[in-house]
Amino acid sequence: MPNSRRSGTTERYREAVSAYFFLLPSLVVLSLFVFGPLVFILAVAFFDWNLFRPEQHFLGAANFVELAGDELFFTALRNTAVYALGVVPIQTLLALLLALAVNQNIPARGFFRAAFYIPAITSSVVTSIIFLWIYSKPGLLNYVLSWFGIVGPDWIGSPKYALGAIMALNVWSTSGYFMVAFLAGLQAIPVSLYEAARIDGASSWGRFRHVTVPGLKPTLFFVVTLGIIGTFQVFDQIYMMSAGGPVNATTTLSYFIYISAFRYFRFGYAAAAAVVLFAIILLVTRVQQKIARPEAP
Amino acid sequence: MTGRVRDLSRRAIVLVLLLVATGIFTLPFLWSLSISFQPAGDVFRWPIELIPDEVTLQNYRRLWTEIPFARWLLNSSGVALAVTLANLFLDALAGYAFARLRFPGRNLLFALLLATLMVPAHVTLVPKFMLLNALGLVNTYTALIAPAMVQVVGIFLMKQFFESIPRQLEEAARIDGCNRFQVFWRVVLPASRPALAALGIYTFQGNWNEFLWPLVVTTTSDRFTLPVGLAMFRYEFRVEWTMLMAGAVLIALPTLLIFLVFQRLFIQGIATSGLKG
Repeated sequence: MPNSRRSGTTERYREAVSAYFFLLPSLVVLSLFVFGPLVFILAVAFFDWNLFRPEQHFLGAANFVELAGDELFFTALRNTAVYALGVVPIQTLLALLLALAVNQNIPARGFFRAAFYIPAITSSVVTSIIFLWIYSKPGLLNYVLSWFGIVGPDWIGSPKYALGAIMALNVWSTSGYFMVAFLAGLQAIPVSLYEAARIDGASSWGRFRHVTVPGLKPTLFFVVTLGIIGTFQVFDQIYMMSAGGPVNATTTLSYFIYISAFRYFRFGYAAAAAVVLFAIILLVTRVQQKIARPEAP
Repeated sequence: MTGRVRDLSRRAIVLVLLLVATGIFTLPFLWSLSISFQPAGDVFRWPIELIPDEVTLQNYRRLWTEIPFARWLLNSSGVALAVTLANLFLDALAGYAFARLRFPGRNLLFALLLATLMVPAHVTLVPKFMLLNALGLVNTYTALIAPAMVQVVGIFLMKQFFESIPRQLEEAARIDGCNRFQVFWRVVLPASRPALAALGIYTFQGNWNEFLWPLVVTTTSDRFTLPVGLAMFRYEFRVEWTMLMAGAVLIALPTLLIFLVFQRLFIQGIATSGLKG
């Protein structure tokens, strides 16, 4: 075939052209709504940008300087840190325990798995409404506490407890999701490893420590990464339950960004805060990767 | 013998703990269901009666007559369906290019897409809103649908699936003279029903529950989706618990039914999208 080389290159060329056609719609959508905004937000952060004015003023770093002196911003940072540090370890541990329990040889495993997963597929608006009822002063939680002679507070109305109460709701609603991730991880560990450990005389704790734990490392990494990104974005429950209050006790970074833009219409300022949020997430996940990166297979 | 007893008692303890956990995870839903059938009034009477003395449909009726619940239901369904169909087609199309076609920039592009999974919604929220505002699209269905038409997770899921199916059928279709799109449309998609079903369910459920974006991009009640409408109802009037719970039940019901019917696909979806990187 004398022409094979030429037709080989045109074939390659055609393949690439069709690939770009296949990708075109996705790339247009992602460019408009993800890549473009990522670039644009870096610009907006340096402006005093207000949608209700025809022209915008360049500010330089002034938005960032103002953030550095904004007490509410630091409250939001602190609340976000407390939120993530509280929720991520607890939901990860709970998800792991649930997965280990459901993975045992017990009746009705599918039923339990489904039951734990239901909060994760339910609208956050719905779970927020239900927990508002549970947490209210005459609500279910205080009724249960009254059995033990405890007079509970109005949980969401108290600056001391509101954030913790929303954190508990978050653990409740996402543990089931991560349990499924751990279950998949558990089932991916080869049975032969457990048998080898048994032959070597490992106790059940030894098998857990030396087979299960190392085998779950990639899942753990995934669960913690998603947990961090998720908790840094918590918004729906805060909007629904406490609107950032009382006295800003539940104002998180994402809520701060939202009110800066959509209540005070300070888009440049909100963009600057969003840039800080993104930088923190990148930093935290990078540190976490350094500590716990699963070895590439 | 003692080993067996110990094993049995350990399993019994695990079972009891699991039952307690089941109560914690599911009873809140049963209570909200129960409250939604109570007559308006005191919802804090203890102990709770899961089956109220007086069962009424009044709360559900009022959702239809006193607030634009039907409109929100229509908006939510329409938007979620449009978004799901768009994702099924576009994610599969892009996933197929990554799975089967060679082109310059393939690895770079794929890495770029994966990197976007780290971008939180709040980071792109403000510029996304400004773009739609500049285009005069705030408070339109386009604004609700367009940004959600493609998901990187969906592209990734479809790519993984396409890589797992044999190439023979596609090669045969090529020899028969189909072009690449025809191969994709007539041969690959029909063979991808399980993956498409998983993606469709995942997308529908995610979009149905979406709150932040519809909250910022809709401004009038006739464009609200269900979660936004119910949130506004909570803030606009004094808290009407029985009606709120009826609304909550109706929002939760479709995702719950879909989950119970297609459980296996949900679990698979997480397992493949999240873990087998």
